[in-house]
Amino acid sequence: MSPPAASADVAPAVAGTTLSPIRDYLSKRGSGRLADNSFAAVMLICACSIFAIVLFIFGILVMHSRLSLAQFGWKFFTTQGWDPVSGDFGALPFIYGTLATSLLALCMAVPLALGVAIFLTELCPRPLRAPISFLTELLAAIPSVVYGLWAVFVLVPLMRDVIGPFLSKTLGWTGFFEGPNFGVGLLTASMILAIMILPIISSLTRDIMIAVPNSQREAALALGATRWEMIRIGVLRNSRIGIVGAIMLGLGRALGETMAVTMVIGNHPDISKSLFAPGYTLASVIANEFSEATGDLYLSALIEIGLALFLVTIVVNAIARLMVWAVTRNAPARVI
Amino acid sequence: MDFESKSMRRNRATRSAMNYFVSGLCILATILVILPLIAILFYLIYKGASSLNLAFFTHVPAPVGETGGGMANSIVGSGIILFLASLMGIPIGIAAGVYLAEFGRGKTLANAIRFTADVLNGVPSIVMGISIYSLIVVQQKHFSALAGGVALAIMMVPTITRTTEEMLATVPHAIREAALGLGVPKWRTAISVSLRTASPGIITGCMLAFARVAGETAPLLFTAFGNQFWSFNLSQPIAALPLQIYVYAISPYDEWHRLAWAGSLVLIVLIMVSVTLVRIFANRGALKGGS
Repeated sequence: MSPPAASADVAPAVAGTTLSPIRDYLSKRGSGRLADNSFAAVMLICACSIFAIVLFIFGILVMHSRLSLAQFGWKFFTTQGWDPVSGDFGALPFIYGTLATSLLALCMAVPLALGVAIFLTELCPRPLRAPISFLTELLAAIPSVVYGLWAVFVLVPLMRDVIGPFLSKTLGWTGFFEGPNFGVGLLTASMILAIMILPIISSLTRDIMIAVPNSQREAALALGATRWEMIRIGVLRNSRIGIVGAIMLGLGRALGETMAVTMVIGNHPDISKSLFAPGYTLASVIANEFSEATGDLYLSALIEIGLALFLVTIVVNAIARLMVWAVTRNAPARVI
Repeated sequence: MDFESKSMRRNRATRSAMNYFVSGLCILATILVILPLIAILFYLIYKGASSLNLAFFTHVPAPVGETGGGMANSIVGSGIILFLASLMGIPIGIAAGVYLAEFGRGKTLANAIRFTADVLNGVPSIVMGISIYSLIVVQQKHFSALAGGVALAIMMVPTITRTTEEMLATVPHAIREAALGLGVPKWRTAISVSLRTASPGIITGCMLAFARVAGETAPLLFTAFGNQFWSFNLSQPIAALPLQIYVYAISPYDEWHRLAWAGSLVLIVLIMVSVTLVRIFANRGALKGGS
């Protein structure tokens, strides 16, 4: 287990002299092999508990959703009904709501996050760099429920009175901005999600861009590229896999975001083309209905939704991590 | 510039214009990102500060229709849950990080654990909530502070593991070799030399994990559940600040909205102050330790 520590067994036994506490200690102790091995074993057990946590979450979700798994099978994810009274459950509206809000949030957040990352790594004057990256990371420290509170009292009225009417006037013909606009709905949820995933995507993208060797930038500049061409050819092209990974990490976060979305999405299991319409996501249906779920089948259907959410986010995160690692593996360790 | 043809000059002008255009877009994006942050902080301070008073910190929530009342029990409840979570999450997280950095370098098992920790970090907090509900609450037959603590502890572990590992990786090998060369056993080297040198970074990592779970609401919905009254019993439902903010924010009463803003301000200030304090403290420690 510990080849370099073999030297520990042949400790110099300079007894009597109290030159240093460490030498004093060494003279008093016996062989360290047992202590070494048991220490390593304890550390290993703690490390393996991370596997255990993941397996345990999976196991317990499968166990508690078996009623619904047996009753509905795959049909659960392709049907629309959600009627606790008659015991009819289908998760399609929630899947639609989750995908629509997450993808819309990505559409809004990704260009902005890339802009911030490029600004911070390539354009920003040095004194401004630390404060701005601190500010964007501050966004990540704000709890979800506070975002929700802000969205309910600031974003929703803004959406209802300003942004909504403007969108339906200019883009109403597309059919995405039709129907009554109450301020709560898919679009508002996507906007708050976009604000929440921005700092994750931008700080990861920044790390990835920093990992691009300067020789790439210098080569592009030496060939006569403008600064933007240098960024496009030298930086973005080299880090595109990592950037896609960062975007997928943002997607993973958006898929599972609960509180802020629950507070502004309207919570209505409908599939509607209009982005003003209220919707429902996988996470928010659990948050809203879990504690009042009566009946085993209802509870088990909600846990199956949790299981689906768990598996999807595991897959998305795994792919994303592999992509980010592919780029930053050899970069120096990131100090927060 | 005589040797440039007309088309080359035009080409250069468009390229240069493109350069300025994209630079402008990036600056615009940065401003657009900072704007909501400033808006959120402004609203929090503006709405929260006007509703903060002494009663907020000393009283339990008032019944519907009555003015006044506070969130004293929620603040204490959050403290209890977070203490429980730290008690379980921090030792396991640090130990796992020590394994990855000191014993598992280059091993397949260590890579698998590292990868799993990163993936676990992305699992939605509501999923943690329903897993712990199914494990503890269903067995105990009632919601409890302990269940909330376990749910938050599980969320802290992967963050702490990864930051501990990264911080230990920055400790120079020469220091470890010096200790081993003196005959210090490996476990003692890991604790007294590696961990001690990296301690400012590790404390910061723990604090960030703490700040992250301090504002979590979703995993507490079905574990700690919330409570309108004082409770110090770990096997009973307990109030928590984020839960109380959520309940008040979606309620139809103005008085409760006011308290929700005040609660959010207190929550944010607690999170920011703890993070900032520890950063200052950790930086000073690093200077004094002179690693």
